[in-house]
Amino acid sequence: MVNENLVKDVVKEPYKYGFVTDIETEKIEKGLNEDIIKLISQKKEEPRFLLDFRLKAFKKWQKMKEPDWAALGYKKIDYQDIIYYSAPKQKEKISSLDEVDPKLLETFDKLGIPLTEQKKLTNVAVDAVFDSVSIATTFREELAEHGVIFCSISEAVKNHADLIEKYLGTVVPASDNYFAALNSAVFSDGSFVYIPKGVTCPMDLSSYFRINSGDSGQFERTLIIAEESSSVSYLEGCTAPMFDTNTLHAAVVELIALDDASIKYSTVQNWYAGDEEGIGGIFNFVTKRGKCLGKRSKISWSQVETGSAITWKYPSCLLLGEESVGEFYSVALTNNLQQADTGTKMIHIGPKTKSTIVSKGISAGNSKNSYRGLVKMGTKAAGSRNYSQCDSMLIGDQASANTFPYIKSQQPNSEIEHEASTCRISEDQLFYLQSRGIEFEEAVSMMVSGFCRDVFNQLPMEFAAEADKLLALKLEGSVG
Amino acid sequence: MQSKMKESDPILEVKNLSASTDNLPILKGVSLTVYPGEIHAIMGRNGCGKSTLSKIIAGHPSYNITNGDIKFLGENINSLEPEERSQSGIFLGFQYPIEIPGVSNLEFLRVSTNARRKFLNKEELDTFDFEELVKEKLEIVKMDQAFLSRSVNQGFSGGEKKRNEILQMALLEPKIAILDETDSGLDIDALRIVASGIKRISNAQTGIILITHYQRLLDEIKPNYVHVMSDGQIIKTGESDLALELEKKGYEWTDNFIKET
Repeated sequence: MVNENLVKDVVKEPYKYGFVTDIETEKIEKGLNEDIIKLISQKKEEPRFLLDFRLKAFKKWQKMKEPDWAALGYKKIDYQDIIYYSAPKQKEKISSLDEVDPKLLETFDKLGIPLTEQKKLTNVAVDAVFDSVSIATTFREELAEHGVIFCSISEAVKNHADLIEKYLGTVVPASDNYFAALNSAVFSDGSFVYIPKGVTCPMDLSSYFRINSGDSGQFERTLIIAEESSSVSYLEGCTAPMFDTNTLHAAVVELIALDDASIKYSTVQNWYAGDEEGIGGIFNFVTKRGKCLGKRSKISWSQVETGSAITWKYPSCLLLGEESVGEFYSVALTNNLQQADTGTKMIHIGPKTKSTIVSKGISAGNSKNSYRGLVKMGTKAAGSRNYSQCDSMLIGDQASANTFPYIKSQQPNSEIEHEASTCRISEDQLFYLQSRGIEFEEAVSMMVSGFCRDVFNQLPMEFAAEADKLLALKLEGSVG
Repeated sequence: MQSKMKESDPILEVKNLSASTDNLPILKGVSLTVYPGEIHAIMGRNGCGKSTLSKIIAGHPSYNITNGDIKFLGENINSLEPEERSQSGIFLGFQYPIEIPGVSNLEFLRVSTNARRKFLNKEELDTFDFEELVKEKLEIVKMDQAFLSRSVNQGFSGGEKKRNEILQMALLEPKIAILDETDSGLDIDALRIVASGIKRISNAQTGIILITHYQRLLDEIKPNYVHVMSDGQIIKTGESDLALELEKKGYEWTDNFIKET
């Protein structure tokens, strides 16, 4: 038996990003109805087609039921008790970063995402989203020289309406699921990326999502389009203050890859997880899906999920193009009373398509961590292959781990391979490392990061270091 | 010669040590003193408490000391954490070295070595300097560099695991090394490599405790003392010829000592 108290201490780490920015915000009244949706659309000066898109989605949502099939338990969400639009008050038109409220810049500074010209990260362009709006996007001119469009989705609606109209909702239709329908009706901001034909994006693109307000939900929407023979690596980070109420986050992300295009989408999710008793924390219900539309296109999801009270998230790939490739690499760490039900769907539609799934779940405390995944081989997916590996690690004896792999094959000429394992950090392993002079908490964190290595190897360099640090932080504490 | 050794202070003093796990007594009053330069062998049937003694000296959390003391370089270490014992110079070579999936052997060896170096106020080594050091030590155990990029002990053969233990010992340069059946499961060649590794590391300032069932290791490394354990106690102590006699007569012979006492 591993010394429970020690392990508990080690996995206890105060949340560093729990501060609230004191800033005047413009909020609309609580509740959801057609008028609210019209108001959001009006505030964002949207074209008619988008308002119609929202209203149709709302009608569908009203007829849908909140899904209950996930291995999650939480108190019912009152959708009329949420504010659907909240934005920091600032000047109408902002032409440069100098006009952004210094408090906002300071907030992102504190989060390690400096935005100003002098301090901004040099190798990555950032779109910073605060509650319902995008605050700033760096390196826009440099990217524009390559024809890359990187801006908030609100701006894209104004400046690139044709692309939005053509692609929005084509990967995740409004009627896809309850939370996607809700998002489609009320989405506020998020990022838009367009990589033109033949362009390799000259730097990593990144969005940072910050929830600041306690009573409003965040409903961001991201759309990434990679034209023929283009490629992009996109990173996403998330944090939120500590409130004793639960905040709803229901995002939709759509990726589209045309012939020979490749999109790599990496997430480090560190929303506030609630306290040790499970009070507060973000309810994270997210629909992420990529469509490999073109031949030999590739979409790769990597995620490190460490935050949120509830995580419900299945970044998926629709493999339509011949020889297209889908990948899913995931580390999900849950502690205390966190619950995660996460995984992926790999839908093989075209011939000779290939997918890889590597999932590592770590559960500590009283948490619950489930992998749920679907691999489907359609009738035309001849010569397609899937490899899945799902490993769980338990820390302590109160945590639980589940694996729910679903396999559907309508194509005899295809291969599906699934491996799964569960392990527990054993007292013998800890003693072995300790007896070599390695401190208890370092021993735990070494084993956890060793367990996650296959996934960390897939992350962009700086992100991998950050993810490793984040897990170590989550696992750090005072040892007796 | 022996009296000369004893002019210095002992490295390890185990005094009347009793210990239990899950309220089951395992050690029942063990006393053992190791002076610098000495090699001790502990023999005895399986389950007599040899391995437990070694684990307790290294600080395994599953055992409770119910009576007695363990002193290392004059200090009582009963309440020290395993990592503190290692850093200060106690080394336990495991009978069954543990596999740690995903953790690279090189990184493990480096972190471990640096923990000891930090204690000794020596400069900690970065990856490049450490690779130089480890290359040198690999020769002692005749291991290939490929071992370094593998996960700790994972997929190692029995002999490779034991050689990896000796490699760790060579890197950590302990004051006292307790080697728990390091010789078991080794073929003749591997045994020679392990034995020569042990010899390379032992010197006039260090102590070694060899826990073994077999004379063949003791043919390679001649102990100063041989202790026979039975039912949680040391029932007989002698010089190296005791091991030879034991080999001839078997443990049944030692059962008589218990009857006598």
